[in-house]
Amino acid sequence: MIRELHNKLVAGEVTAVDLAKQYLKNIKEKESDILAYLSVFEERALAEASLVDEQLKRGETIDLLAGIPGAIKDNMLIEGTRTTSASKILDNYIAPYDATVITKLKSVHTVILGKTNMDEFALGSSTEKSAYQITKNPHDLTRVPGGTSGGSAASVASGESVWALGSDTGGSIRQPASFCGVVGLKPTYGRVSRYGLMAGASSLDQIGPLGQTVEDVAIVLSRIAGHDPHDATTADSGHEKKYEEYLGADVRGKKIGIPKEYFSSDLDPRIQKICDDALKIFQSLGVEIVEISLPHSSFALPTYYIIQPCEVSSNFARYDGIRYGLSINDEKDSIEKTSTLLETYLDTRKYGFGPEVKRRIMLGTYSLSAGYYDAYYLKAQKVRALLKRDFEQAFEKVDFIFSPTAPEPAFKIGDKSADPIKMYLGDIYTITANLTGVPALSFPIGTVDEEGKKLPIGGQLQGKWFDEENLLCMADAFEKKYNNK
Amino acid sequence: MLSEEEVKKVALLSRIGLTEEEILKYQHDMSAVFDFFRELETLSTDDVEPIGHITGRSDVMRSDMCEDFGDTGRQALLDNVPAKKDGFVKVRSVF
Repeated sequence: MIRELHNKLVAGEVTAVDLAKQYLKNIKEKESDILAYLSVFEERALAEASLVDEQLKRGETIDLLAGIPGAIKDNMLIEGTRTTSASKILDNYIAPYDATVITKLKSVHTVILGKTNMDEFALGSSTEKSAYQITKNPHDLTRVPGGTSGGSAASVASGESVWALGSDTGGSIRQPASFCGVVGLKPTYGRVSRYGLMAGASSLDQIGPLGQTVEDVAIVLSRIAGHDPHDATTADSGHEKKYEEYLGADVRGKKIGIPKEYFSSDLDPRIQKICDDALKIFQSLGVEIVEISLPHSSFALPTYYIIQPCEVSSNFARYDGIRYGLSINDEKDSIEKTSTLLETYLDTRKYGFGPEVKRRIMLGTYSLSAGYYDAYYLKAQKVRALLKRDFEQAFEKVDFIFSPTAPEPAFKIGDKSADPIKMYLGDIYTITANLTGVPALSFPIGTVDEEGKKLPIGGQLQGKWFDEENLLCMADAFEKKYNNK
Repeated sequence: MLSEEEVKKVALLSRIGLTEEEILKYQHDMSAVFDFFRELETLSTDDVEPIGHITGRSDVMRSDMCEDFGDTGRQALLDNVPAKKDGFVKVRSVF
């Protein structure tokens, strides 16, 4: 889709300003139903688009992503704009600098339409935990778009943006991509700089693209990836070609592993059937399907739900009511009269954070406290080593690992919000990629019928560390075959 | 099951004020999550080295340099500060 729009821009069939206006119009028409955006930058978007038109008028070559309207999850900083992470504690926060991904996107003159809704501080699986609004699934407005990058996925699925950026700590790009019927990639840990991404769990967080097609995702990834001196965990790309230039290569002879632990008898038979059909498509492409084992899979969920809250509790100490954001410390406009520093902390965080954020901070604080560290965090980091070993052994035999992205289609709004464990269990297929650091892509592989609506189901391919090019290549080959079947 | 006192203690360590109602709610929720963690006890990890950095990077160095954001940068940071006086950040007394 991005390439088509780019060709139209270059051929002069449409101007970048027209394109931006079209998407701003889509937003105006659809937002009352979808609620994907927390802020829309009409003026900025049109100004950026007119720069692209001027470049074209001067006969300059423009980047593939130049003038193509996209949306950014509201936990990434864009200088001079309100950035809330969908939390009341950052209700009045104005980003003082650009995240590295934004600097990179600005350098190719892409058009940023606005900031998208999410679960507060990217904690959740449904975007219901935003402090501002509940984004609706464009395929069925009574259902969640998934989360935490639900606004980004819904904006792409509803035509309110061409592409979007999300962040993924345990599936937050892939699960909403699955629920909304779009493509979403969590790159290898260290592929994309996290500088200017509000930190959640620093050893798991990764920014990644969402789009209508695998190629769109590849195009956006090429523009945001790479080493950044501001993020010591980032790696050099190791190759000169852009990701989209790898697509179309022969995938024959590649091997896809099917972990027996991921396909138990509990799996929804409709999803099992869709996965079986997807594997037939892969086979028709000359890909070999191999059964593998990831023996420690069942330990991934508790491991994740120890490590993630521990890192969150530590990172979120910064929301102290002193340096930025909400502060309940001034008698004139306070909810409760406070007098000491401790009370500033307690009250600011009491009124500023939502229930899920409080729960994770307390879980993490407890797990890290004296006497419990060995039993929880240290134990979890050891199990994480075992999970990584599972993947290393699997990748000696196969090139990719396939599973559904989520064990279910999009669920109804309100269905799971009361029970944290129930919500956490939905992350079963996605969290291991974060714990082990491998890249993982969700892409549409079918639909199920629910109450007369067709709900998308995503398949997930996990690849080897820093092997995004082959991962995208394989999914692209599948997508072309699937769309022409 | 976590006791009420334990929840109060962890809330204080977390610097989060809770209502009485919330204390009961988190007592229930957090206990359920900790029960869920017990599964890990069944796995022996005595000989396993814990993960340091997942893609194996270590000792990444950078020059220890001060980056000057200028007056505009300083102002952008100060604009976000909830309480300030004469260009300083205002903080309540510790005691």
